Amino acid sequence: MSTAESVSAPVYYHDRVVRMLVLCAMAWSILGMAAGVYVAAELIWPGIDFGQPWLSFGRLRTLHTNGVVFGFGVSALMGTAFYSVQRTCHVPLFMPRLAWIVGVGWQLGVLAGGLSLPAGMNTSKEYAELEWPFDIAITLLWVGFAVVFFGTIARRKIKPIYVSNWFYGALIIVIAMLHIVNNLELPVSLYKSYSLFPGAQDAIVQWWYGHNAVGFLLTGGFLGMMYYFLPKHAGRPIWSYRLSIVAFWAFTYSYIWAGPHHLHYNAIPEWVQSLGMVMSLILLAPSWASMINGIMTVSTAQKKLRTDPALKFIVLSLAFYGLATFEGPMMAIKSVNVVSHFTDWTIGHVHSGALGWNALITFGTFYFLVPRLVGRELYSVKLANIHFWLALAGTMLYILAMWGGGISQGLLWLGLDELGEVRYSFRDIMVSMRSYYGLRLFAGLLFLSGAILMAYNLFKTVAGHKTRKVQPPMVATAETTA
Amino acid sequence: MNGVGLHRKLEEHAGLLIFGILVVSSIGGLVQILPSLFQDSLKTPTANTQVYAPLELMGRDVYIREGCSTCHSQQIRPLLAEIERYGPYSRAGEFVYDRPFLWGSKRTGPDLHRVGGKYSDEWHRLHLLDPRSVVPESIMPAYPWLAERPANERGEVRARLLALKKLGHPYDFSTIEGAAAALEGKTELDALVAYLQVLGSTAPTEASP
Repeated sequence: MSTAESVSAPVYYHDRVVRMLVLCAMAWSILGMAAGVYVAAELIWPGIDFGQPWLSFGRLRTLHTNGVVFGFGVSALMGTAFYSVQRTCHVPLFMPRLAWIVGVGWQLGVLAGGLSLPAGMNTSKEYAELEWPFDIAITLLWVGFAVVFFGTIARRKIKPIYVSNWFYGALIIVIAMLHIVNNLELPVSLYKSYSLFPGAQDAIVQWWYGHNAVGFLLTGGFLGMMYYFLPKHAGRPIWSYRLSIVAFWAFTYSYIWAGPHHLHYNAIPEWVQSLGMVMSLILLAPSWASMINGIMTVSTAQKKLRTDPALKFIVLSLAFYGLATFEGPMMAIKSVNVVSHFTDWTIGHVHSGALGWNALITFGTFYFLVPRLVGRELYSVKLANIHFWLALAGTMLYILAMWGGGISQGLLWLGLDELGEVRYSFRDIMVSMRSYYGLRLFAGLLFLSGAILMAYNLFKTVAGHKTRKVQPPMVATAETTA
Repeated sequence: MNGVGLHRKLEEHAGLLIFGILVVSSIGGLVQILPSLFQDSLKTPTANTQVYAPLELMGRDVYIREGCSTCHSQQIRPLLAEIERYGPYSRAGEFVYDRPFLWGSKRTGPDLHRVGGKYSDEWHRLHLLDPRSVVPESIMPAYPWLAERPANERGEVRARLLALKKLGHPYDFSTIEGAAAALEGKTELDALVAYLQVLGSTAPTEASP
């Protein structure tokens, strides 16, 4: 066996597909965030849609959310999953051609799906707005993703499966389950379908999906990224492997219960709401366990933390992760939710996760990864440091604006006078949001300009260079003798 | 076998790990979703809840297409301030003919579940074509294209009604066969206004809020 290997041609990791996915993710981040900035501006100057259907808020906002989650987020997760699964298993990708088909197919799917939304194909189920032909395409591509990922794991040379792969694995399995069930629909034509679930049942299914798409894609998937790239970059093993085991299973079990907190005081059974609330509170423990594990891992790599922008991004992202996963359970308490539900506070919460956690950890990972993929230094560390401050300021101001706006909005809506009549008209409260929306737009622009700087920096790093070829290391570990 | 030994098994066998993730992640959903599929209060229409007439249905589909639920909820919570502001709180039985549900998650604009009958058809027309002509501070988009498009532009109304009938909505055949004729000469604007005006008519008539 070993002699057969030594005479055959050298085996390399498949990193070109990783590079393609990373660069596409970068492009989607800018397009998706630019759409976000545009819709934020529309809430201040509604006339800038120029009466065009495809620029209309209701259509463009959907393009923003789908662009950043499925374009930026999923491309980044696929790319980093393909990169890390090879290295944690010491084998090249299983079926590399399929990996390319999945990677390129996903980009085409996001592009076509992204165009279908402003064109008016919209199921109006949040984060599942794409119509049924796209749902089928996504399912097929996702199966391909699973085959490549689990096929690589099946051929691994390292016996234990490393913890980052559990999180990526949970991402693949659970998202498949959620996507298929929530998108069960009866097609009428190519452009139109009706949900198989009606009314309140549809609401329960939708938020089981919506909440756990956040859970297993934006939280779990990116924790996979954290568990590989943070220890790798800090040059330290993960602080507690046992804690990561406990955190993983507790996370996978409890996250799925929390969906009904999106439907507090709505027309669904009260026991479902209460159960959703309790499980949301419990979720704080596994969420923070992974944060503590990550921060303790860097705590012994302080020198690098002081100088390396990539590591700074990753550590800061853990702080925002901790913030968002604390805020979430608090907002899931029914009496807090009375104020926060339907307000801009929710938007603030989502962005403290999406900007502060998902985008920052991805930026940090890309600053680490791209120079390694192309075999040369990052073009400019200085630009990366400027980006760091733009991203930090943008995230903070965004959250600040939405907290201020959202909390006052929620309280004013509930305000009653001494006769028990509502104290403020909806119109007056809406008008008072204007300055918060202005600050939010400014914050979004800061964040977007940072991302553009990064794209330039990475482009200059990549330009003119081919992907470096890296050979899997020979395996002779203690594991085989254990 | 202690916990660590047990976990070693899981983390050394990809198949077991996949199986473990599937089992552990399914439990919550099964407990919360399965009972709701059999619970009568979620499936039984309230006394005033009827299927949407063809024009209303086409209007609802315009509402879905334009993403109105991005900014308008259709869910009045049983809170005093909300009942004062919008009307009787929302009951599950009022939504049994809603595919998908349109409760929304954000109120950039006001809730619309009981908007029907509060404004005239003409007000809605003006408001949809140019919101700032009737509400100067409004930040809602204008929808001029709705007035130019026929309500049954794709000629799909029959297929849509048949699909809903297949899903259990009690449409009779004369409604389905007569739908295209009923929509003759109507625009998407007419359809959307018809839908907005029927919203809230499902409220219970008893004395309770």
